Amino acid sequence: MSDKKIYAIYDDDYVLLESAKHIVDKGIHIRDVFSPFPIHGLDPVIGLKRTRIAIAAFIYGMIGVSLALTGMWFFMIQDWPLNIGGKPNFTLIDNLPAFVPVTFEFGVLCAAHGMAITYMLRNWTLPGMKGRNPYPRTTDDRFVMEIHTHDNDMDEEGIKALLNETHVLEIDVKNP
Amino acid sequence: MHKEASIREPLVLGTPTYSDITNEVLHTIENKPTKLWKLLITIAAIISLWGVGCILYLLGVGIGTWGLNKSVGWAWDITNFVWWVGIGHAGTLISAVLLLFRQKWRMAINRPAEAMTIFAVFMAGMFPMIHMGRIWMAYWVLPIPNQFGSLWVNFNSPLLWDVFAISTYLSVSLVFWYIGLIPDFATIRDRATRPVQKLMYGLMAFGWTGNAKAWQRFEEVSLVLAGLATPLVFSVHSIVSMDFATSVIPGWHTTIFPPYFVAGAVFSGFAMVQTLMIIVRKVMHLEKYVTIKHIEYMNLVIIVTGSIVGVAYLTELFISYYSGVEYESYAFINRFSGPYWWSYWAMMTCNVVSPHLFWVKKWRTNLTFTFIMSIVVNIGMWFERFVIIVTSIHRDYLPSSWSMFYPTWVDIGVFMGTLGIFSVFYLLFLKYFPVLAFNEVKTILKSSGEQYKNMSDEEFKKLHPVMKK
Repeated sequence: MSDKKIYAIYDDDYVLLESAKHIVDKGIHIRDVFSPFPIHGLDPVIGLKRTRIAIAAFIYGMIGVSLALTGMWFFMIQDWPLNIGGKPNFTLIDNLPAFVPVTFEFGVLCAAHGMAITYMLRNWTLPGMKGRNPYPRTTDDRFVMEIHTHDNDMDEEGIKALLNETHVLEIDVKNP
Repeated sequence: MHKEASIREPLVLGTPTYSDITNEVLHTIENKPTKLWKLLITIAAIISLWGVGCILYLLGVGIGTWGLNKSVGWAWDITNFVWWVGIGHAGTLISAVLLLFRQKWRMAINRPAEAMTIFAVFMAGMFPMIHMGRIWMAYWVLPIPNQFGSLWVNFNSPLLWDVFAISTYLSVSLVFWYIGLIPDFATIRDRATRPVQKLMYGLMAFGWTGNAKAWQRFEEVSLVLAGLATPLVFSVHSIVSMDFATSVIPGWHTTIFPPYFVAGAVFSGFAMVQTLMIIVRKVMHLEKYVTIKHIEYMNLVIIVTGSIVGVAYLTELFISYYSGVEYESYAFINRFSGPYWWSYWAMMTCNVVSPHLFWVKKWRTNLTFTFIMSIVVNIGMWFERFVIIVTSIHRDYLPSSWSMFYPTWVDIGVFMGTLGIFSVFYLLFLKYFPVLAFNEVKTILKSSGEQYKNMSDEEFKKLHPVMKK
């Protein structure tokens, strides 16, 4: 049996959320949801785990901080020490107070940009790519659930009947 | 459903549907530019051409064409730099700090305010660059391996911290702004009928799909970027203030500078947001989304930050007397009674007295009054930087080197030019970019929209039935 994609189109985020709860209760697995804005409370319903992108950002930030400190140690302490107003600069620790601003800025720079790049790559959204949303109106005022027959024990007709119990606007089936 | 207290005023007026919001915000993008827009951008372009001409002349001839002299080595250039950076603080404050505080009224104004931030920081960054005189050597501020005996930049200097602060601020704000723009560009892409438009917005939308995982990441990224941008905002203007505070010039050498500059920056930034938004909401018919309540909230921020600035002025005045340091007290006596007394009192009137008029509710909810006040605050904050910079250095320890600063036509031309260039960028933004983060506004429609706000759960369920009978 080939995998069929069933798209249930709704015109309201609240109706979609409640309908999703209803069909998930009946044991249906929802593959994805497309919406013009984030629907709060949807992630646990369709079984999405929390993203780890914040952890990645922390790691990028720490890399930035270490790079900045290593760089400044090399430039100002190791390679070419300069006596500036007799201020202590014999070791990194001596000179550290003056290095705080740049360390912080560079940490933020690396965290923000690293996270943004990770975000683009994980979403697979890069300059010039084509949109992969099933219907153009999902970026305006339509909310669409995508259900695959392969993910579920129930067949196409069963899922459609279940969806039809809710206030769905339209059900569309696409063969691969 | 998350409900708000009924006493709170709605943030979206009327009864727009989701597609109404899209249509209304995208109206300017999807239609031909109006006559007013063409007129404004022509005027702005002429002014910016004049500014570019002045800058080129300056680069060709040297900064001797400015009115600087041996005592006043910093004047309009650094005044304009700090003024523009200050204006650039409201955008990130609105989008980051208000996001962390879960202030929903930020949704309607974060996009135009962030655009203002980015363009203002562009303008700000230009002044130190042209002040270098030989702008083609500007890369010397970066720690790049070189042939000068491998000489590095001085990481102990606040001027170098500034390089890192401003460039980090600009690029992080740009990333924050663009990540928010992607879903909105996708909406335009999916609606576009003209091929060029479809292609351009398609390129800029990066193939955004708006699936659940993407939105989950979007929200997490926004939150973390807000968490990073908040200390960034405070650090940037603190570092700008250290350009002055770490020197040993009487009038500059004060520990109060970092918080005082940050408050001043937020103060002037919000004033500029008011100046722009009061016009934009009217011309682009966005009164439903940028309501009087939004204007009032911003005026409240202006009262708070204006009061902090006022306290800071009085504190530094008092400390200059209380410290018993002769030079320090002279710097301040000279400020309010010397040859630049008029700029000091202009600053005091505009920044300390005028924001307190906003305590009157009738005035702070009046658009005309707010608009005039926002201009007054902008002028006041320009004078603040002028007072700090010029009056502190025009009289130094030797009376023989006392002098005055007189701006030349190049000084004035460059400043006017940045206003023009800023306006060109802003007008292009208004025409070609989604002015409001309309997809985010949709998320607050049900909790803060006028039509939903005080609806009971029964009424709501009747309006949005989930199960068919």
